[in-house]
This record gives sequence, C-alpha cells and structure tokens, in this order.
Amino acid sequence: MESRIDVTVENRGAERDQDGKRHPNTCPRCHSHYREDELERTLRVCPQCAHHFPVRARDRVVQLADRGTFAEEDTDLRSGDPLKFFDLRAYTDRLAEAEVATGLGDAIIAGAAAIERRPCELAVMDFAFMGGSMGSTVGEKFARACERAASRQVPLVCVTASGGARMQEGILSLMQLPKTVCAVDELQEARSAFISVMTHPTTAGVLASFASLGDVIVSEPGALLAFTGPRVVQQTTREKLPDDFGLAESNARFGHVDAIVPRAELRPFVGRLLAMFSRES
Amino acid sequence: MSESPSTQAEELKLRERLAKLRDLPLLRGVGVSGEMARLKRQLDRMAEEEPSEDEVWRSVELARHQDRPYTLDYIERMCDDFVELHGDRAFADDPAIVAGLARFDGRTVVLVGHQKGRDIRERTHRNFGMTYPEGYRKAMRAMELADRHRFPVITLVDTPGAYPGVTAEQHGQGGWIARCQLLMVRLGVPTIACVIGEGGSGGAVAIALTDKVLMQQNAIYSVISPEGCAAILWRDAGEAKKAAAAFKPDAVHCQELGVVDAIVPEPGDGAHTDHDEAARLLAESLKASLTELEPLASDERRRLRRRRFRTMGLYLE
Repeated sequence: MESRIDVTVENRGAERDQDGKRHPNTCPRCHSHYREDELERTLRVCPQCAHHFPVRARDRVVQLADRGTFAEEDTDLRSGDPLKFFDLRAYTDRLAEAEVATGLGDAIIAGAAAIERRPCELAVMDFAFMGGSMGSTVGEKFARACERAASRQVPLVCVTASGGARMQEGILSLMQLPKTVCAVDELQEARSAFISVMTHPTTAGVLASFASLGDVIVSEPGALLAFTGPRVVQQTTREKLPDDFGLAESNARFGHVDAIVPRAELRPFVGRLLAMFSRES
Repeated sequence: MSESPSTQAEELKLRERLAKLRDLPLLRGVGVSGEMARLKRQLDRMAEEEPSEDEVWRSVELARHQDRPYTLDYIERMCDDFVELHGDRAFADDPAIVAGLARFDGRTVVLVGHQKGRDIRERTHRNFGMTYPEGYRKAMRAMELADRHRFPVITLVDTPGAYPGVTAEQHGQGGWIARCQLLMVRLGVPTIACVIGEGGSGGAVAIALTDKVLMQQNAIYSVISPEGCAAILWRDAGEAKKAAAAFKPDAVHCQELGVVDAIVPEPGDGAHTDHDEAARLLAESLKASLTELEPLASDERRRLRRRRFRTMGLYLE
C-alpha cells in the first residue's frame, strides 16, 4: 500500500495565514491539511471527511474525459465591455486579471470529448474566473457547445460552478439566461441528450437557466444549488435557515436533482448515462 | 438643447461605442444590414438623449413609484373583459402573479403579469410582486392554454425579483424560472412582453422570453437591483445611484443594447400621473406589435424568437 505522510495534526495550527484566509488545501470542514499531490490523487476530495474541494475546469476535464480526447473550441472568445463598466475598478482590468490568474479566456471551456469511450460535447465552468459568472462569452460558448452537440448528434455534458450572471455586463448578462435556454431548446429539438452536472456552487442565473434544463441532473455531494444564496435569504427574510439550506442533499429531498454522485464515481456514472442515450446500440 | 462641450464629448463617446458595436459579432448571421440600419437610427436618437446619472436614477425612482399603475390597473383599462385564472394545479395560487383570459382589441389573449400591491395589506398579500415557483407554474399553465387555443400571449413585467425565501428555494425557484423560459421559446402563438415597472433579474426574464419585448419609458430592466449591485461591488448599498449609472437599467440603454425592441411612451411626468393615458399608450404599442406578429407562421415566429435571444451579448473573437 502506498504510504502517505499524515500532515493533518501538524498543520492544524497553521490553517489560516496572516490575512485570516484558509489555505486552499486545508479542508474547511474537518481542517485536515493536504499536500497538492495528495489532493490531486484523491480528485480533490478530503480522505478524512469526504469534503469536495473545488476543481478547476482543466482538472475537471482530466478527471472526466478519456485521456487526450478533449478538443477545446472557441479558445479566442473574450468578453466585450458593453457598458464601459467601472465600479471600484474597470471591468476590463478585472477580466485581464482573471485571465492571468486562471489561464482561461473566460469562466467556461468547451469542446468535443469522450467519456468512458462515448463521444460527447463537454463544457466545464471554472469558479476561479470571476466567480464563474455568466456574461456574453460564457453564454455564447455554452450555446455553441449545444449547437456542436446537436450537429454531431452527441450528448452534451455540462459541469457548472457559478455565482450567477456577471453584473459588470448589466442587462446583457441577464439576457444570457434566455439565450442559453434557447440553445438548450435547439439541443432538445435535435434529440441530443443533456447531462447537467451541478457542482459547488451552482446558483442564481446559471441555475435559473441551462443548468436546470438537463435531461438528467446530477450533483456532487454538499454542493450549494440555490437561486438565492443563504446569506441573502437570511438578510432579506430574517428566516431561520435549515442547516442544509440549498445543498445538493436538500435539493434531492425536494425532488430537484436526479442523483448525488461522489466525485470518484462521477466519470463511470456519466459513462453509464451516455451509454443509455447512445444511438449506436 | 444647446451643444455644450460636455454633450459633444458625450456624443463622440457614443459614436465610438456604436462604431465598435458595429464591428463586433453582436448579431451573428443574417439580417446584418437591417441591424446596421437599426444601430444607426439608435445612434441618431441617442446622440440627442443619452441619459445622465440623474436621469437614470429618476427612472429607478419612477419605476418604483407607489402610484405607478400595476398589471391589474392596465388590465382594467385596456381589456373589455378579463377572467382571472387561479392556481398552479399542483400546490398553490401565487398572488404575486396574475394570469387570465382577456378580451383585447377584439380578440382573446392570455395575459400574465406580476402584481404589486398599493397599500401595506395588499403589498403583503402580493408579496411585493415577488414570485414563488408556484407563480411561474401558474404562468406556464396559462401560456400552455394560450398555445392550445391559439391565443396570443401578453406579459407585463413588474417585479423586484423572484422571492428569495426558504420555501421558494425548496420549491425549486431556479428550476421553474428556467422551465418557464423554455416553455416560452416553444410557444407557437405571438408573444409580447412589456416591462411596466421593475424588470428585476431572473424573476422578470422568466416571463419575458417573447417575440417582442417592449419597455415603458420610465421602467427599468436589470440583472440585479441597484442596491444589490452596490452592496456587492461597492460594498455599500448606499452607492445605489452610482451602481445604477454604471449598469444602466433604463429604457434608452436597454434599447441601445438591443434588449428591448421599442419604448412605450408615458404621459407627462410618468405613468403614475395619468393611469388612463398610460394604459391607452401601452394598449396602442401592444396592438401595433400584435399586428406585426400575427401574419407570421408559428414556426417562423419561433425561429425568429429563438434567434432574437440567441444573438444577445457582446463578445470579441
């Protein structure tokens, strides 16, 4: 058996740095701390308590798709700045900064792939790029992924992680809701299956558009899936929130998701679904 | 209006912006020359009346004015008869959304609209126009009925947003907003939406995926409330005016961005000053849009509707 250095105890005291921020490799639930290679090996799931750490889009592709099958499209698509938006900083600065920090053009990547030897179109969102927010580019890339899936007659698998619409694009970001809904309509018309994998967090505009329209909706354990997040609900209504408010488990109980699938089982599970929808045999 | 140096600078800025818009794949595919003409018209109009920060904020205030006519005020004035339909056939009746059969300009239509309340009691009853999933299901039921019987659908949008509460979440707020839109993509009948007050985010767009989207002169249509945007980006809800000026929720800007097709004029100082005249002007615009849409085949309408929304957005490639 592979030996593993347990750093859980030693690092307990050092789980927050000077800014009070938790180290990204420290489990927010059980406070275990891991080396990068340890987390990579466990698909970024805490071996102690099964907490699912966030997964970057490119890592997700590696986790889900058969090796070397992902052919990314629309890599040159970038957001415009229709409103010349400036809050405390210019939107264009935020975009440039996010691109440098994440190495991504926007909060989604998409292209042809195979999962468990089944061809599909794969779109994956990245929360690290401006909170996975959906502006014109995210909407456009998702819509094009739908169109490619429809024309290639393959299912679409979309992994979401988003805080919602991107405020900096104003009303045009809201228009990405109907736009992506129209794209799903076209996908359904072409009878291509749509498997929506909701990961933490899938909220607001993305939940209120394409993410909820999957033929099958799968979620990772513990993911927040809510139109309005707990903080805003608390502040607006002063209601007492249930402990599992908005979590995948609560959503499953109320009938909004088909299955909660732990990360390690996600790839075979999606593979089984793709086989179900396969038109070959 | 006299040409001060600042308005000239403003106009230059706008021309530059539109020039850029024109070069970008704002509207992919067909109809480019038509779109160019539309942009040019907008430029001419905008150069005259680009709203200032104060004017944008005035829209926000007027859109929320307590005397502004609500859906039922318009129905009462525009329609010869109205039979309200209640309940989502599953669970509840959401008073924040009104749906029913109406006689409008000599035909039967299905009318759906958010409803706010005027006094405290009614406001609480209507939940300030903030819809639960039940409300969207009621809207969907009414629109399905319209499709079956070939009645055009008119929706009036006036909500601060979908209700952000625990039970609303448990009943699937996000999912029903999505499904309501999906249903609207598929309707074969002519569909028109008009933003008559606050077009607040997902709760608004849920019933606004239509062939034509109109907007009253002093209405607002936005992805988030000015207060919400200020709280997040400025970390201070008090900066709402600044936030509104930055994300531009007013009708002129929404038309400039191609989000609304036409602006419905309001009487004098705003719709709240003269409900009858506001209703007459709204009815006129709705009639004009219906006349334009009715001759089209339903497949054609669906195709155009889908393309209208599919091409929304601004990106570089």
